Amino acid sequence: MSNHHSEHAMPNYGTGRKTLKSYLTGLFLSLIFTIAAFSIVGIHSLSNTTIMIAISLLAIAQLFAQVIFFLRLNASPGGRWNSMAFVFAIIIVLVLVFGSLWIMVNMNYNMMI
Amino acid sequence: MTHTANELHDHQSHSDSIDVFGFWIYIMTDCILFATLFAAFAVLHSNTFGGPTFKELFSLPYVFAETIFLLASSFTYGMSMLALYKGKRNQVINWLAMTVLLGLAFVVMEINEFVHLYTEGHAWHSSAAMSAFYTLVGTHGLHVSIGLIWMVLTIFQLFKYKLSPVMTRRLTYLGLFWAFLDIVWIFVFTIVYLMGAV
Repeated sequence: MSNHHSEHAMPNYGTGRKTLKSYLTGLFLSLIFTIAAFSIVGIHSLSNTTIMIAISLLAIAQLFAQVIFFLRLNASPGGRWNSMAFVFAIIIVLVLVFGSLWIMVNMNYNMMI
Repeated sequence: MTHTANELHDHQSHSDSIDVFGFWIYIMTDCILFATLFAAFAVLHSNTFGGPTFKELFSLPYVFAETIFLLASSFTYGMSMLALYKGKRNQVINWLAMTVLLGLAFVVMEINEFVHLYTEGHAWHSSAAMSAFYTLVGTHGLHVSIGLIWMVLTIFQLFKYKLSPVMTRRLTYLGLFWAFLDIVWIFVFTIVYLMGAV
């Protein structure tokens, strides 16, 4: 009966199953990426460009760590719609951010004359 | 009208997962809201109107502590979801209370930082860069504060009602919202604080 109950109380809503292992993995990876990013900037022994690239990559790595291990987003048939909406949102976000920067940098350049 | 209990349950959980998908769509639109604020910040961050640059204003250890509080709260929320799946209401409440405390620590630290900056004369009206900073970080802080109020209300609901599919669905919404806020914070600390300090 208890088994029956837990099945009822465990809908996943199109995400992977949440387990202690997945949460611990997510926490561990996020901590590593966060500490790495802060120490790279704190120690400041690399060139500025390298630091920028490194902390950007660490942020993207942490994004995926949290989306996969905390949100449990995946490409299974049940989770496909969630993931599709997520990919679409990422595209819009990239267009918005890089489009704005592109336009403003161009305007800056043209206004300098 | 010969639905068996099982069919009814399937129907219920199907409509629940459509509801959760709807909430997920809201989260994605919130992502776009934050993207516009990030774009504004990226464009304006160097327009300090003669004031100090962000590098001179921020303390990295302080931001690191904020980050750890928010990350820990994301984890403790996950623990309360696991307790929910096991049907242990007291554990759910305890982990949620822990999440509220960690989230509150984050918000208090952020407000303290804002007050500190404001009293030193770096207000939101002192330059375009400061406006963009307060809008971006403040919007995130406002989301966290609303999440905290929502979580306290959920704890009251848990005291009053038993665990049910309805409570599971509500906790799923809040969990999505909370995890999303932690994800946005990754980009706030990377783009605003770390890139500002380089």
